[in-house]
Amino acid sequence: MIERTPLLNLATHVILVFGLVIILVPIWLAFVAATLTLQEVNSAPVEFWPGDQLWINLQQAWAQSDFGPKFVNTLIVATGVVVGKITLACITAFALVFFNFRGRMLIFWMIFITLMLPLEVRIVPTYAVAANALTPFQTIMDWTGISWLINAVSGVEVALEWNLLNSYTGLILPLVATATGTFLYRQFFLTIPDELVEAARMDGAGPLRFLWDVLIPLSKTNIAALATIMFVYAWNQYLWPLLVVTDRAAYGMVVVQLSDLVPDQLTTGGGTPTWHLAMAATLVVMLPPIAIVILMQRWFVRGLINTDK
Amino acid sequence: MRRAYFKFSWIAAALLAPQLLIIFVFFYWPSAQALYWAFTLEQPWGGGNTWVGFDNFRKVLSDPYYWGSVRVSVIYALATTVLAMTMALTLAIFVDRQLAGYKAYRVAIIWPYAVAAPAVGLAFQFVFNPGAGIFSYINTIAPGWWDLSKYPWQAVTAIVVAGAWKQVAYSFVFFLAALQSIPRSLTEAAAMDGARPLRRMIDLQLPLLTPTFFFLLVINITDSFTDSFGIVDTLTGGGPFRATDLMVYKIYTDGFRGFDYSGAAAQSIILMLLVMALTFVQFRYVERRVHYT
Repeated sequence: MIERTPLLNLATHVILVFGLVIILVPIWLAFVAATLTLQEVNSAPVEFWPGDQLWINLQQAWAQSDFGPKFVNTLIVATGVVVGKITLACITAFALVFFNFRGRMLIFWMIFITLMLPLEVRIVPTYAVAANALTPFQTIMDWTGISWLINAVSGVEVALEWNLLNSYTGLILPLVATATGTFLYRQFFLTIPDELVEAARMDGAGPLRFLWDVLIPLSKTNIAALATIMFVYAWNQYLWPLLVVTDRAAYGMVVVQLSDLVPDQLTTGGGTPTWHLAMAATLVVMLPPIAIVILMQRWFVRGLINTDK
Repeated sequence: MRRAYFKFSWIAAALLAPQLLIIFVFFYWPSAQALYWAFTLEQPWGGGNTWVGFDNFRKVLSDPYYWGSVRVSVIYALATTVLAMTMALTLAIFVDRQLAGYKAYRVAIIWPYAVAAPAVGLAFQFVFNPGAGIFSYINTIAPGWWDLSKYPWQAVTAIVVAGAWKQVAYSFVFFLAALQSIPRSLTEAAAMDGARPLRRMIDLQLPLLTPTFFFLLVINITDSFTDSFGIVDTLTGGGPFRATDLMVYKIYTDGFRGFDYSGAAAQSIILMLLVMALTFVQFRYVERRVHYT
């Protein structure tokens, strides 16, 4: 379709460039701040053009926040969450779609309802559970009298304890349950024709072999899309690691480190705010997920649209 | 319903078990616990919890600070949603014209999605900083006019702008996808009838975007209630004078700084009901797929 609309084209570019400026200005200002010295960054009219201190500031921010081990931690947790979420989504959806049993709608709904319980609204009790992940089982055993029974029979006091605070497990485990991922996989599995299942069974494949040799190779695009979204999600976790990790030196994550960099009275002790370091650290922290989104743009967009999140 | 399937066996049970265990321990148990705390009060110096009925809710609902928090949360939700969606829709409609540089525009609008909320908060704290940011110009002319840590309305404006900035990319992706799924034949038919691009935007594209629009409306409002923690924590810390004490932030501070588990639980239950209602609306009434047939 060929139309000549020179005026509208010009207007389109003007509007888009204007929008881009709005989107880019805050980050550009942060970047410029990261390239200045302490005096320059605090001089009254804001600087719009970068200085030459970027590398020095990055090094100083890196050393000050001890980012080395924290990047390793974040990478471990993000990878754990991505692998965990995809595995769980895949096997749960597989069991729900390819096995016939009563109560599978019930299970489906139980997973669905978790969508309505985001971490933020159940944060205090979830933290209590993380302090001892076996509390639910202990309580149930106490209520039902099983603890008493065990105590009476064997003389062993039942005191289940599994502390998840300050551990990778504690950072990863509560984040790997995934309703959206399970739905995505379920949608995909529902499109697999019955003939494929029949053929596999006729060739003598059991359910696990069918999953591994047929379904997983077919769902590679799903995996790529989910992995991109989930990596960004996991990397950017803030509230949960903020609570679960008190030993920041050993288990700190980079995003949480930002909360220590807010240049207020607490961190500067009434001195000049160190904006140049705070902004340098911010740049370092946000770079990896941005790189993922830009490099994997196709998968990212597809994942976002398919999972609604 | 599938005709061909495997018989239920221990394999299926083993495949379902991990996810079920995790949602039981980390979703259902804590939610039940919140419910329990909301209706009980922990006795000082030990002694367990006593049943207090709706007392905790009564206390929360008669607390002016709580209503202040609700008020600012609603303002935040509506303002960020309107700002972000207007911006996203405008950009998506013009990017969809696919002029030169279309791909570059698209990437440049999408990437902010990847920036963590606390990083957005921190960057905007610098941008809005009275001494070093954009408004330092104003402060050189009228000293003291702009100061986030003094004036509540300025702090609220700051979190709204930061929150909207973060939300634009998400809505943009959905609007653009919906626009691109409009069949070419429709556009061509309209063009043949003499509709110029602007006319087509108003009479063809916008009406076809309605389902996406409502879907995004609900999602954005829900997100602004739950995802605002990071931005508030690094941008304003809930201040000044609790002006930006959003509901999630208040639950966090009451629970972990004030150790008022019952009060925090009652607030959690209220927020939970709100999120449930919104999710219900989303799935029951909002159809997100665009239908053309």
